[in-house]
Amino acid sequence: MPEATIKNTIAIASGKGGTGKTTVAVNLAFMLRDTGHKVRLIDCDVEAPNAHIFMKPEIMESKTVYVPVPIVDEAKCNGCGRCGEVCRFSAIVALGTKAMTFPSLCHGCGSCILTCPERALREGEREVGVMEKGMASGVEFAHGRLRVGEAMSPPLIRAVKKLESDADVTIIDCPPGTSCPVVQSVRGSDYVVLVTEPTPFGLNDLILAVEMIREVGLPFGVIVNRMGAGDQRTHDFCLANNIKIIGAIPDDRRIAESYSRGRLIFDDLPEYRGRFEQIIEAVKERMPANNRS
Amino acid sequence: MKIAISASGKTLDSQVDPRFGRAAGFIIYDMETGTFEYKDNSQNLNAMQGAGIQSAKNISDYGVGALITGHCGPKAFTALNAAGVKIYAGAAGTVAETIEKFKAGDLSEAENADVEGHWM
Repeated sequence: MPEATIKNTIAIASGKGGTGKTTVAVNLAFMLRDTGHKVRLIDCDVEAPNAHIFMKPEIMESKTVYVPVPIVDEAKCNGCGRCGEVCRFSAIVALGTKAMTFPSLCHGCGSCILTCPERALREGEREVGVMEKGMASGVEFAHGRLRVGEAMSPPLIRAVKKLESDADVTIIDCPPGTSCPVVQSVRGSDYVVLVTEPTPFGLNDLILAVEMIREVGLPFGVIVNRMGAGDQRTHDFCLANNIKIIGAIPDDRRIAESYSRGRLIFDDLPEYRGRFEQIIEAVKERMPANNRS
Repeated sequence: MKIAISASGKTLDSQVDPRFGRAAGFIIYDMETGTFEYKDNSQNLNAMQGAGIQSAKNISDYGVGALITGHCGPKAFTALNAAGVKIYAGAAGTVAETIEKFKAGDLSEAENADVEGHWM
């Protein structure tokens, strides 16, 4: 049994892509499993999910996700245009004629349907992707796969995060960047881990990610991956801005080789387990729910 | 009939703005009186998405019968068609020159969008 159960959600984000989010997320998940937690990993990078490559889950449930879009009943529409006035996304517009829709632009808010004085709009649906749920060596697993050609990932991310779970710790593997999909992924988490690399690109995007997380208002810490590559500026930035570096993973070719075979540091390089244990301790310490002493 | 020309400035000497949805503005030219006014389009220029559709909506509200621009994408084309606005794409040069070409019948009406839509 764990000494302090954390019934919490930890989001693993970055700014820059390819800094090691999935590596950290998957290794943390199995490490937490081994310390007696009921763990779930959600891969929210629905545009390019890859955690399944390392976790090799058995998928037990698969469900198509839709967003609602308006359908115009032309017999009832009098072309008043109120729908187009309330739509913030230009997904419906009346140009002196019946309302016309652009489903690919629709965010599914439903305002047009509520507003229509003639009740000429009803709810149809647009497929955004598929969510899948399963088990991977004792860890609950869930991810989403965005439909090819679909541009809007937040509704699918929201659906994947809402899936039921028995876990007491959820690890969220976020998409890279700092825009809507990332905000949707980190929202509601208790702690955010920003994985970066000590290169100018890594630092540039870390700065953006820090601004975003501060805007969302979540506690966070930084893991420096590939430590030894690059330079000192990332450390200097964290120090100057009072940002806690909660862990570091060295620039070790064996880690890259293990990764390229779809394997885990956890299995292949047990000497690094201590590093992940320290990261878990640092996260536990800094989680609001476990910091009430 | 009034016509709209996507323009990068407020006068007839301005260059035609090659973009429709994200044009800087529109010169609304009255063919009967030879007068014109300028409509700013910066709100759509900075729109997150749907700039072509909103610009089409505005053009329709200005009561113009024809639009002259550089390029027109598929969603804007569909919207302008629905609004009954004729589309003349491929224009370049100043607004004044373009109006003269239009009057002379040197511009041909677009039958399709001439550029791809943006990512959704």
